[in-house]
Amino acid sequence: MVAWIVWLVAAAACLGTGVRVVTATNPFSSALSLIGNLASLAVLYLLASGEFVAAAQVLVYAGAVMVMFLFVIAYLGGHADAPWAGGTRVIQTASVITAAALLGVTLVALMLDAGGRLSDEADVSRAFGSPAEIGRLFLTDHLLAFEVTSIVLLVAAVGGVVLGMRSEEEVSVDARLKPVTHAPSQADAEEASA
Amino acid sequence: MLGPGVPWYLAISAMLFSIGVAGVLLRRSPLVVLLSLEIMLNSANLAFVGFSRLFGELDGQVFALSVMAVAAAEVCVGLGLIVAMARRNLVLDVDRFTELRG
Repeated sequence: MVAWIVWLVAAAACLGTGVRVVTATNPFSSALSLIGNLASLAVLYLLASGEFVAAAQVLVYAGAVMVMFLFVIAYLGGHADAPWAGGTRVIQTASVITAAALLGVTLVALMLDAGGRLSDEADVSRAFGSPAEIGRLFLTDHLLAFEVTSIVLLVAAVGGVVLGMRSEEEVSVDARLKPVTHAPSQADAEEASA
Repeated sequence: MLGPGVPWYLAISAMLFSIGVAGVLLRRSPLVVLLSLEIMLNSANLAFVGFSRLFGELDGQVFALSVMAVAAAEVCVGLGLIVAMARRNLVLDVDRFTELRG
């Protein structure tokens, strides 16, 4: 019973914050709502016995990735942008219809199978989803995926550095705009000592 | 299983994915488009964890963790691109970037 209530609250929070991410005019509110969304998803993972995934979600996603997002929004000034601004009315209507159709198709597919194979869950041990089990899988069955992940992250980091490098043009503009610093001259030093 | 069964998780996952699709299609700011992409990735993760519980196999959770790593890489490159655009004084509006349109 308690689990149902927790699940309902987490699911409602998840959908509410998701809608808020899309409809908020200020990018800051969007990013903060996404943090709420990720946290409520972590609660859902916990209820589905994904303890390690839930912990990683909060630490890596809601923590590290979203802080990076917030830094960039702060750097760019996060100016408000109405969710419906830009694009013709046809495009907007088509977008909403596309999303609704996708949802409809998936829900119908789910309902057709409900009561069938989707509802009899396998029995799992208490260790299911624990860090020890996941770690064992990563170092045995999924070792290749684990190693490839490290390369993907390395490539992304290098890509980020390359994208962040200044072109020579920009550097020369910066040099021209730099305020002239006043180097202490001989006369200043004599004045100070006298 | 504590709480509702797996179909409920999948329903929430489908709803979140549709919200993300609507965000990507509707919004013009590349930052919000990236945030909506994150919602779509996370809805896929929720389905992975749900199915992992359904079949009693941990492979789904391992895949969800890999998706998280890929999402971190995607955010790194995406935000790098946005900052590079902003530094060249381009207007941050995905409708204006039409150079690569065929």
